[in-house]
Amino acid sequence: MKKLRIKESAVRILIAGSASISIIIVMLIFVFLGKEGFPFIKDPGLFQLLGSKWAPVSFIKESYGIYPLLTGSLLITFLATLISLPIGVCGAVYISEIGSGFERELFKPFIEILAGIPSVVLGFFGLMVIGPVTKSVFHLSSGLTALTGALLLALMAIPTIISISEDAIRGVPRSFKEASLALGASKLQTTWKVTVPAALSGIIAAVMLGMGRVIGETMAVLMVTGNAAIITMSPFESVRTMTATIAAEMGEVPFGSAHYSALFWIGIILLIVTFGLNMVAMRVLKKYRMN
Amino acid sequence: MPGRKLETSIHWVMRIVTYSMLAVIAYIIIDIAWHGLPTISWEFLTGFPRRSGAEGGILPAIAGTLLLVTGTIIVALPLGMASAIYLSEYARSGRFTYFIRLAIITLAGVPSIVFGLFGLGLFVLFLKMGASILAGSLTLACMILPTIIVSSEEALKAVPQALREGSLALGATKWETIRRNVLPYSVSGMLTGSILGIGRAAGETAPILLTVAAFYLPKLPRSIFDQVMALPYHLYVLATQMPNADEVRPMQYGTALVLIALVLGLNMFAIIFRNRVRKKYRW
Repeated sequence: MKKLRIKESAVRILIAGSASISIIIVMLIFVFLGKEGFPFIKDPGLFQLLGSKWAPVSFIKESYGIYPLLTGSLLITFLATLISLPIGVCGAVYISEIGSGFERELFKPFIEILAGIPSVVLGFFGLMVIGPVTKSVFHLSSGLTALTGALLLALMAIPTIISISEDAIRGVPRSFKEASLALGASKLQTTWKVTVPAALSGIIAAVMLGMGRVIGETMAVLMVTGNAAIITMSPFESVRTMTATIAAEMGEVPFGSAHYSALFWIGIILLIVTFGLNMVAMRVLKKYRMN
Repeated sequence: MPGRKLETSIHWVMRIVTYSMLAVIAYIIIDIAWHGLPTISWEFLTGFPRRSGAEGGILPAIAGTLLLVTGTIIVALPLGMASAIYLSEYARSGRFTYFIRLAIITLAGVPSIVFGLFGLGLFVLFLKMGASILAGSLTLACMILPTIIVSSEEALKAVPQALREGSLALGATKWETIRRNVLPYSVSGMLTGSILGIGRAAGETAPILLTVAAFYLPKLPRSIFDQVMALPYHLYVLATQMPNADEVRPMQYGTALVLIALVLGLNMFAIIFRNRVRKKYRW
């Protein structure tokens, strides 16, 4: 009997210990990003990151201003959201409210396939197909622009947006719709004035989670945005995002240099931004589930 | 009635938007299959690359990806399943549980390149593993842990409470109950969810970029401390780092097709398996 009890508590401790692994990993991420980024605080100093020029390798004077990278990431995220939001919400509403049962069964695997395509394959597809198309449609000198990147990222955000908004739309009680229809509202009015507003917080959370995915995406943007570290608000120019900068430059940078720690600082900023987005999205989702 | 007309036309617009999305997805797959299939041959799948990947096969990249995936499973699956068992069977709502859930949500949102930086800082440099299969697998394992935990927990939650209560009422201990009455009915569900996470690990480039992937290494690894080539990174190299990009186009499409077939094959297997499990256990 005593042996049994010891075994029980041993198993319990083992399982609880394994469960704490997630907490440990999150702490280690912060610790090791901070550790590698730390030297930058002393030399050349954190305020260097606030500059407007990213030129970590230079014969005259290196500068580590992440402003162009930040605007690059924001521009692409903004454009991708602009593209994926209407398409994703439209798709979610169509699948859950308008389409037939057969269509629903047809769409599900397609969305899952899209979610499963590795980003490097999408990047390759962008290089081969979307880049040349944007180039010829908008008469540009190069297809490697912010717009091309945003189109690809929209493709990546759409599965997230659709699956979470669809859940939200489906979670709207049937009585809401029935009441609206009974009052003489058409199906269209019911969908847009009752169902969608009732599911709005879920849809907002879906879009924010999609944005989190977009801002952290690396390979596709690295491959198709042209990677010029310039400050621009034009979708037809080449931009360089924070993620792409880390991926492109980490391979060539001397360990322990200021440039090396600067790249870790970009990682820390990315971590904070995505963490914030996810937290807010989760709050919104939780609130909506309680109602 | 003008309202009816408006309704029909708006529905048609939405239908067209949704179907064009499907068309784009189908186009991506067909484009890669169409251009990639002519490259696929026995020599391509089992040969070694030559002239920095411009000719020959992709065996080292396939082997590298399979090794990384295996390593990731060995590390992440037991930890993820144990976490899920804790959350579903043992956890009471309290501080510890709250922090675990918060950590899982945070992990799920960390960008893949940040996992790469983390793996570089912790495994490659601090623990002195160097760029190796071990470091890469550990990094990927951290990345897919949330997926495994969340889907395993769902599978556990699907087992009816009555099964647990019946076992406990007969005098079985907690662990006996879990082992004999909960796990047998949930383990297949836990595995399918995990396969989806593993598919993601197979296709990720950014985390392995900094922790394991070799640019060009036309041989098979000898130990877990060796560097390897990997399919996603190999595709990236072929697509962007080659001076004669047009010449290696067949190699690019071939690699893309093998990668996509591997990842989607895993996913499809998981989905079919999941539907079977759902039919088998209906409570």
